[in-house]
Amino acid sequence: MNMNTWRSTDELEDRPAFRDWLQREFPPLASEWTNEASRRSFLKIMGASFALAGLNACTRQALEKVVPYVRQPEDLVPGQPLYFASALNLEGYARGILVESHEGRPTKIEGNPEHPASLGASDVFMQAEILALYDPERSKSVMNGLEVSTWDEFLALVVQEREKWKSNGGIGLRLLTGHITSPTLLSQIEVLLQEFPNAKWHVHEPLATKAPQPIYDVGKAEVILAVENDFLGPGPAQLKYARDFASRRRADSGATKFNRLYVAESTPSMTGARADYRYALGPRALQEFGTALATEASLPSWGVPILADLTRNKGRSLILLGDSLSEEVRQFARNWNRPLQIAQPLPSNGDSLSEFMQHVEAGKIETLVILGGNPAYDTPMDFKFAEKLALVPLRIRLGLYEDETSALCQWRLPEAHPLETWSDARAFDGTATIMQPLIEPLYGGKSAHELMAALAGNAVVSGYEIVRQYWHAQHAGDDFEKYWRKSLHDGVVAGSAGGKSSPFAPSVRAAASGSGLELVFRPSPSIRDGRFANNAWLQELPQPFTKITWDNSALISPATAKRLHLSNEDVVDLKYRGRLVRAPVWILPGQADDCVTVHLGYGRTHAGRVGNGVGFDAYALRTSDAPWGGSGLEIVKTGLRHPFATTQHHQSMEGRDQVRVGTLAEFQQHPAAVAQVGEPAPGGDETLYVPIAYKGHAWGMAIDLGACIGCNVCTIACQAENNIPVVGKEEVARGREMHWIRVDNYFEGAPENPRIHFQPVPCMHCENAPCELVCPVGATAHSSEGLNQMVYNRCVGTRYCSNNCPYKVRRFNFLEYDRNPFESAPVLKLLRNPDVTVRTRGVMEKCTYCVQRINRVRIEAEKQNRPIRDGEIIPACAQACPAEAIVFGDINDPQSRVAKFKASPLNYGLLAELNTRPRTTYLAKLLNPNPEAEKT
Amino acid sequence: MNVPDETPVVAPGYDSGSVTRKITDVVLARPLGRGWLAGFAFAFALLMLLNFAIGWLLIRGVGIWGINIPVAWGFAIVNFVWWIGIGHAGTFISAILLLLHQDWRTSINRFAEAMTLFAVACAGLFPLLHLGRPWVFYWLLPYPDTMGLWPQWRSPLVWDVFAVSTYATVSLMFWYVGLIPDLATMRDRSAPRPLQFIYGVMALGWRGSARHWKRFKMAYLLLAGLATPLVLSVHSVVSLDFAVAIVPGWHSTIFPPYFVAGAIFSGFAMVLTLLIPVRKAYGLQDFITIRHLENCAKIMLATGLMVAHGYITEMFMSWYSDDKFDIYMTLNRMFGPYAPAWWLLMFCNVLVPQALWFKSIRTNPAILFVLALLVNVGMWTERYVIVVTSLHRDFMPSAWGIYHPTRWDWMTLIGSFGLFLSLLFLFLRLLPAISITEMSKLVRDKKESRQQ
Repeated sequence: MNMNTWRSTDELEDRPAFRDWLQREFPPLASEWTNEASRRSFLKIMGASFALAGLNACTRQALEKVVPYVRQPEDLVPGQPLYFASALNLEGYARGILVESHEGRPTKIEGNPEHPASLGASDVFMQAEILALYDPERSKSVMNGLEVSTWDEFLALVVQEREKWKSNGGIGLRLLTGHITSPTLLSQIEVLLQEFPNAKWHVHEPLATKAPQPIYDVGKAEVILAVENDFLGPGPAQLKYARDFASRRRADSGATKFNRLYVAESTPSMTGARADYRYALGPRALQEFGTALATEASLPSWGVPILADLTRNKGRSLILLGDSLSEEVRQFARNWNRPLQIAQPLPSNGDSLSEFMQHVEAGKIETLVILGGNPAYDTPMDFKFAEKLALVPLRIRLGLYEDETSALCQWRLPEAHPLETWSDARAFDGTATIMQPLIEPLYGGKSAHELMAALAGNAVVSGYEIVRQYWHAQHAGDDFEKYWRKSLHDGVVAGSAGGKSSPFAPSVRAAASGSGLELVFRPSPSIRDGRFANNAWLQELPQPFTKITWDNSALISPATAKRLHLSNEDVVDLKYRGRLVRAPVWILPGQADDCVTVHLGYGRTHAGRVGNGVGFDAYALRTSDAPWGGSGLEIVKTGLRHPFATTQHHQSMEGRDQVRVGTLAEFQQHPAAVAQVGEPAPGGDETLYVPIAYKGHAWGMAIDLGACIGCNVCTIACQAENNIPVVGKEEVARGREMHWIRVDNYFEGAPENPRIHFQPVPCMHCENAPCELVCPVGATAHSSEGLNQMVYNRCVGTRYCSNNCPYKVRRFNFLEYDRNPFESAPVLKLLRNPDVTVRTRGVMEKCTYCVQRINRVRIEAEKQNRPIRDGEIIPACAQACPAEAIVFGDINDPQSRVAKFKASPLNYGLLAELNTRPRTTYLAKLLNPNPEAEKT
Repeated sequence: MNVPDETPVVAPGYDSGSVTRKITDVVLARPLGRGWLAGFAFAFALLMLLNFAIGWLLIRGVGIWGINIPVAWGFAIVNFVWWIGIGHAGTFISAILLLLHQDWRTSINRFAEAMTLFAVACAGLFPLLHLGRPWVFYWLLPYPDTMGLWPQWRSPLVWDVFAVSTYATVSLMFWYVGLIPDLATMRDRSAPRPLQFIYGVMALGWRGSARHWKRFKMAYLLLAGLATPLVLSVHSVVSLDFAVAIVPGWHSTIFPPYFVAGAIFSGFAMVLTLLIPVRKAYGLQDFITIRHLENCAKIMLATGLMVAHGYITEMFMSWYSDDKFDIYMTLNRMFGPYAPAWWLLMFCNVLVPQALWFKSIRTNPAILFVLALLVNVGMWTERYVIVVTSLHRDFMPSAWGIYHPTRWDWMTLIGSFGLFLSLLFLFLRLLPAISITEMSKLVRDKKESRQQ
């Protein structure tokens, strides 16, 4: 798509310069109005001026070309989307994305297969960023105090400030940012600090690791021990680790040698759910275990076989540790893991926040520029950031929202979203991506680059030029244009892995020791550190294990709850380090005893209509010396109750066999014994009806439960692709969430330390669909390729089909969800996928195997007169899954991946004994027990 | 043949003239009493409540009710099945008891048939209202549309359309045809000219000639014959809404006979609930005697036992099938979140009707009234248990949920009583509540048989 982006802010903002120009060319006409002839000439002149105004030839703007991924710009065909490569940051680390753009507006984000941090997959934050782009509550104008201002007025202020800085070397100037990997921005900061040597740059990233870990080759590890390290959980390297880990859990008849995972953690995590052995221990006990491991002294009995297993595989095993463990143990692990290290980390750079606070209190800061982040909300409570900030005379903030930090700053500049601006970023391994915009800034925002350039005295240059200049300097040579276009096309800058990073290790303090209940802080699995609080998709995304939406909770173990006489939804006061926060309790099987976990990111006051007042603020308890928690927690019952809205109320399998689990050894001896349990499905000939022969394509799906990590990205990717509405907490509490694919969570075994299973459940597209039988108007029919079709415009809404669906995968529009507060903002119309109907009230909907994608590929193949290749049609869920757990294709093609999956002895259908003949089947999950560990 | 202590079907001392007078006086001579006005005002207020609830439902959508996934059917379907069930007593009394030559039906059949019609009217609202898009309800009807689309015949909801509309049509015709001679009587006896005119038009020109009577009897018998199978078929078809589905707790072959028995059971309970106050208020004890009440009670006992048999069969088959889903469903009903409803159901439908074994209970109108009310509640609760508990926990534990009715659910239910009662009050006031024709005939036959 040819985006000739004319940044002609002149005519947009009706600047005095433009008006002057107009006046010079065409003098005021009022005096000529009196006679007829002059009226005619007035009209002529005005007509001419309007025609000429469109050209605006006074200032030449650079032609900015954005390079698409698959097609050149000339091929734009209305109705055909184009894909552009870019990247999105999580705590500064890039994950490469491909963005689907319909007629100039981005509608869907996918992973970039070429990018090492996404490998074609995505995490929930990447998927949700597209909604953040179109968030109607983003900052829209430059604000100075309570007044709307302009960028130019801000620039005038900068000019004044720069004079001051030149005279004193910028002694009162401070820059506060989050973790930055962007090479361009880093260089701009370096330039600024060189120009004003007395200025300082501080970094605050609420979820930053104390000393970032190297990136390891998880795929090569035979044995992995993770202690309070959720490497399969949300984070910048999740996609890579999930892919690598899943690649060692494939039951492909012995070709893959299974790895083994031991996990010791305080709260259930995605890593813990995948573990072959899981131990639920509080932080103190984990520290003891870590020390015992490092010193090989006083290991607990269950730890002995673990160490033996690790030692047996030394050089091919990994010990991954969380932040709360001491430096000695972490050093031990770093040494142990060195053979499998593949990349140095990109450490946090800049000075720390504690130094910043010291300067603030000493009154040394005159001008503070905050780029992004939300320090007024997510800094440790002992810093008292929000209070102390008033000591800084001039506070300038660039942010996406008018949030808690904006409320404390005089100058607020609207930030351009990463999808609407030029920038760049590095992945965890240093691979650089040049980020290109998909759309012009919706709300006139500015990027950090443009602000930094303004601070450096160059206000006229655009983000495009800044980034381009930087990379031009990196890549000297005649073929820069080719290099530039290739980098944009691929989404990665070739050879940039292992990029330069300035090593900085902030001082590390071990977790405070003590006694009594321990408090553990964790980022929210759905809204991270709180930055996504106004993102309705993420708020409604059920959190793994608890399935809570629109809330956070104090997670406690069943035994602790019993001891303290607490039940679900009881509200308690959490007293910790002299602070008190009121929180509702959730009893979580698998949580360590005497240990309470709280999720950060909630209880916001200035997030927007979606995020305000959701949950309680756990940052109010977080201290700078122990950011991940500590001892000394006190719980006081209040007698109040707080209802939660969960999407799954029952997490036991009730003796039924939805998730079938076996051990690797069992599978190797009797392959069919693992999956073929329970009542067998009726045979194909056990029917009175003539079976339908599906000639041609027969679409089917297989989901490998051995690979699924329960990250929920399939749910949100489906929501993004299929225009699924957000219904809000009250409706979720009523049982009306609209997700077409859900990830069921089951606990099996003792509540203190259960096995945790995940099972994604989309529509089964049953060949003998019970839903089709009972629809009175025939609104659900079966296609010749095996799809169970939902015909929205025929549905009268009797809901019999939902009653008759044993899997309960059908969702009903009980109210006009398209017009509820979360969906009705006009800007959100830009977000909708034009290939999928937006459903009205009273109509049933469900997973369609992404029929719009099937049809698009079919049309392409027909146009090119060729058959559809295996893997060409990828439903949104399958595309997003980092573990490649969901496979879709033609089951009539014996060479297709899905046919091979279904041919595995581990393949089974859910509730197949009901003779539904589902097209979506599952591969049973295999565990890899350690014979030594089994004896203890 | 006279059994010494058997109460006669109609009190002695009446002839056709006095019978006619007594019945028509209720409408024509009796002034508009405070009792009727108060009753009608109350009923009308409830009807307005129904309007309000329906209005808001159409504006906002079916989400104002408590339904969700998995419990996608709630009060609306429970009410639908309950109201239709109630209607069956009327048809049973009018048609089946006619064909079986049970004269004691004579004084109550008109009222019962009217009750059927009004119950079907109330019932018919719910399948329309519970649709997500009620404005396209007609897609369930078979008509040649521009796209060549017909309803999907395999769906029990389409069968419902036929069953209920047939039931409504036949009941209406049967009731109306039976009314014709009576309307003529009203026409002949009413004084004000406008009233005469209205009754006259409604009487369709009845002159009482021999030919008219011949045709009338033939038509009446034929319609009775048509209506008879409906007693069995309509609720069987309605029960198939559940039985055809795979849901444990629904997928049971006992449903058709069990539902039909339950329908007649609840219908007679409603007949008693209504007749006992009406006969007292209008002084019709001579026509609606203790014997009538006793016979209704006996039928209630019989059908109540059939319903109890249905419950026992379901529970037995659950156990005998060894199907884990079915076993769980039965245990969940008894001990799960909706257990209070199930125990209430057992109390009202199984335990309470056992009192009807005793003649003293059967012949005591006050106790019968309370008992009938309890049976009504019990039968509604039975539909609630069937619909809601089966849906809320079926095959996939991850999809298990809970249903709570909202205030709109309650308003729609209570409002439907408003519709029913309003129509009933109007019926009592404007039309002969007892069939004059048949009562006269009965009285004449009795006199003849005594004279012989």
